[in-house]
Amino acid sequence: MKYGILILEGPYQHEASDSAYQFARAALDKGHEIARVFFYQDGVLNSTKLMEPQSDDRHIQKQWSALATENEIDFVVCVAAAKRRGINEEVVAEGFKIGGLGMLTDLAIEADRLITFRA
Amino acid sequence: MLHLINKSPFESMSFEDCLKYASSGSPILFYEDGVYGAMAGSSLEGRIKEIMGDHDVYVLKEDLALRGLERIVDGVKEVDYAGLVGLTEEHKTASW
Amino acid sequence: MNEAAQKLMIVFRTAPYGTIYSYEGLENVVMMAAYEQDLTVLFIDDGVLSLKKGMDSSAFGIKDFSPTFKALEPVYDVEKIFIDKASLESRGLSLDELIIQPELIDSDQVEKLMEEQRNFMMF
Repeated sequence: MKYGILILEGPYQHEASDSAYQFARAALDKGHEIARVFFYQDGVLNSTKLMEPQSDDRHIQKQWSALATENEIDFVVCVAAAKRRGINEEVVAEGFKIGGLGMLTDLAIEADRLITFRA
Repeated sequence: MLHLINKSPFESMSFEDCLKYASSGSPILFYEDGVYGAMAGSSLEGRIKEIMGDHDVYVLKEDLALRGLERIVDGVKEVDYAGLVGLTEEHKTASW
Repeated sequence: MNEAAQKLMIVFRTAPYGTIYSYEGLENVVMMAAYEQDLTVLFIDDGVLSLKKGMDSSAFGIKDFSPTFKALEPVYDVEKIFIDKASLESRGLSLDELIIQPELIDSDQVEKLMEEQRNFMMF
């Protein structure tokens, strides 16, 4: 099955990003395709490589980046939401790219399942 | 439709809101803080048992473990993330 | 609507201004309308409050999005706009207190609308 994942919440403040990550891993393990992960609203904050959590905690951006590069999944960070929050091409980590909201519409059209993770 | 509840029903209306729309036979899954809705012995236990007549009720194992919850309402089914993915293969999802 | 149009829906279930959900939901409606999809818009729970008349956002400098809601049908050709009657009534509101008058539906129609879609998003 072809999955789309929509993330509306930033890292650390809320469990949403962790849940989305665990879900994505489990879906891939079951042999599903993830057509795209779309980072939207505060979800864009998951993409910044300036993130520097304490050493005894998970590194949410690095987890996501590894997932994207290992599995060649398309990660799109909403451009308008990113600009509002000071996220631009310079701070976006490996595996993420900045793109327009139309790419979320494309995902809604293309995916068999679109699953939202939010606060 | 698989209804996903991620907020504690002790704090949020989302669980009761979802029940207004969920038709008989639609499963409901508690995850994140939603798992507190499945605790055995809480004031919500009767409500959970009542809705189990119409809905399969699931709770996400990983989020139970994270919160130290061991006793859940009889009849609520524990699933892990693989189980959750399995449910989404069968159903579209609504994230409340 | 284009020939390959898919059934898509945006559900509003959050009140406006307190959080950004309602605003972003509307952005998605406009985007999907531009893609000429078979689009449905639905207001439930606190989402019905997004349509209340008389909003004044000028003091904060926040964008007033009432005009965009008003433009959905005439400008963006969104014809399927529904509102949950019980959600409206439980908040003491009636259709004439709203800036647009969506078609009233009963709560048992909400899940049916969700099931009909290729995909939907709830804001």
